[in-house]
Amino acid sequence: MKVLVPVKRVIDFNVKVRVKSDQSGVELANVKMSMNPFDEIAVEEAVRLKEKGKATEIVAVSIGPQQASETLRTALAMGADRGILVKSDAEIEPLAVAKILRAIVNEEKPELVITGKQAIDDDANQTGQMLAALLGWGQGTFAHKLELENGAAKIEREVDGGLQSVEVKTPAVMTTDLRLNEPRYASLPNIMKAKKKPIAEKTPADYGVDVAPRIKILKVSEPPKRSAGIRVKSVPELLDKLTEAGAI
Amino acid sequence: MASLVIAEHDNRALSDATAKTVAASSSVSCPVHVLVAGQNCASVVAAAAKIKGVEKVIVAEDPLYLHMMAETMETLLLSLADKYDAILAPATSNGKNILPRVAAKLDVPQISEITKVLSPDTFERPIYAGNAIQTVEAKLPKKIITVRTTAFKAPGDGGNAQIEKISAAADPGTAKFDGEILSHSERPELTAAKIVVSGGRGLGSGENFKLIEKVADRLHAAVGASRAAVDAGYVPNDYQVGQTGKVVAPDLYLAVGISGAIQHLAGMKDSKVIAAINKDEEAPIFQVADFGLVADLFQALPELDQELAKRGR
Repeated sequence: MKVLVPVKRVIDFNVKVRVKSDQSGVELANVKMSMNPFDEIAVEEAVRLKEKGKATEIVAVSIGPQQASETLRTALAMGADRGILVKSDAEIEPLAVAKILRAIVNEEKPELVITGKQAIDDDANQTGQMLAALLGWGQGTFAHKLELENGAAKIEREVDGGLQSVEVKTPAVMTTDLRLNEPRYASLPNIMKAKKKPIAEKTPADYGVDVAPRIKILKVSEPPKRSAGIRVKSVPELLDKLTEAGAI
Repeated sequence: MASLVIAEHDNRALSDATAKTVAASSSVSCPVHVLVAGQNCASVVAAAAKIKGVEKVIVAEDPLYLHMMAETMETLLLSLADKYDAILAPATSNGKNILPRVAAKLDVPQISEITKVLSPDTFERPIYAGNAIQTVEAKLPKKIITVRTTAFKAPGDGGNAQIEKISAAADPGTAKFDGEILSHSERPELTAAKIVVSGGRGLGSGENFKLIEKVADRLHAAVGASRAAVDAGYVPNDYQVGQTGKVVAPDLYLAVGISGAIQHLAGMKDSKVIAAINKDEEAPIFQVADFGLVADLFQALPELDQELAKRGR
């Protein structure tokens, strides 16, 4: 079975994000960029499927600027077989991303699409679900565990009340949650090997998708700051203060 | 036109996330209707009809909707979408699972996790785990929105909405429910509790979480945890407070043995009062805490328990 893994290049999760003073966005210049952590989990899951003999080929896709090819190289170094870079310097909304992915799915015909449940930049949590709907496929979002058997994906999902299991007919879309697996670090030989793996370069126009934004971002601002309060010396003093504040 | 709110429930009780979403919805488009999709859920329907400001409750009772699977909810919502210019759901695991499918099929973008309605088409929403706030303008034929419910106040009871029953929509047959393991607790629900007591990796084991639970029970509080504590297997995933877990905003958030990673702060920094107990005085949690106590939690928690008992809690 072929597995398609969409990956996004985002500000590294360890970087403290700074809002630009003109409120046009967040500072991206000279900031460390990495693969979205949930997408890393998606790549790892696909590679494990291949190691278990369940997946035959892993195709990684990234939609973004030229530098997103580095994100694809990371996926290739982890074990993906080839990459597709859909080049765009503008921010693309999740619905347009889903439309590009639909076109790629129609060409590549994967049995399973695995991607992160959300990107840690816009926190939208939409793309996987939108792609599944556009394709008329079932979905297993916020996945905690995956088993493939006889044309179905058994997916355990992290939901508000605990865990939920669903059985989804393949082809299907799965989005990853944190505890699905722990992504590996690519070894040096695999990083070297990844340099020789092919990356096809495309544009949104190649897939006939209009990527003009439909939601206008008026501004990006700093959240209200909370300041440190006081230190108390003992448990009784803590309770006194909480009582005074009306908190208990 | 009108707006439609997807009710969050377990077929027995209506979650107050629904009423909070109604609050957001009434600033987007009126009148507000609520969709209750489920099975044998009369008590949920009755509760939804009482929310102030709801004009109509639409009820789709069918085994198909017992677990509100995204695939069947999609076709149900599409069958209703013509009558509404806005469809909203609380940003619960159900809302996040279902609504993007509807947006995609209607060919409109979704606006996720709004925290403020500035005008019927202008919204605020957090990005980068709450480290920045985006103000967006969405002049769209239909607005598909998920709502971060901690940012809105429930309108309260006093409504008397009419009830309309509708039949089930088509089942695409692509996915089926296959069981669930839900945590059962006598304690209040994490996202609705007035007080939350959370533990982190500092607890050292699942067994030691009993110290947290004892204090929580004295305060009628919910129990939460940091991602580190969940990843270490001390408590189940549904305890997790943070960007990728639950977002809470109680009157009091007591963080014990939690260092205060940015991801955790994103899930609790809107709490009215934050108190922290940690033995590391440099822990980042103290930078957001109103009251900080530098202490060993294995001494502080039993003392807290005794002191609360002394004070009649």
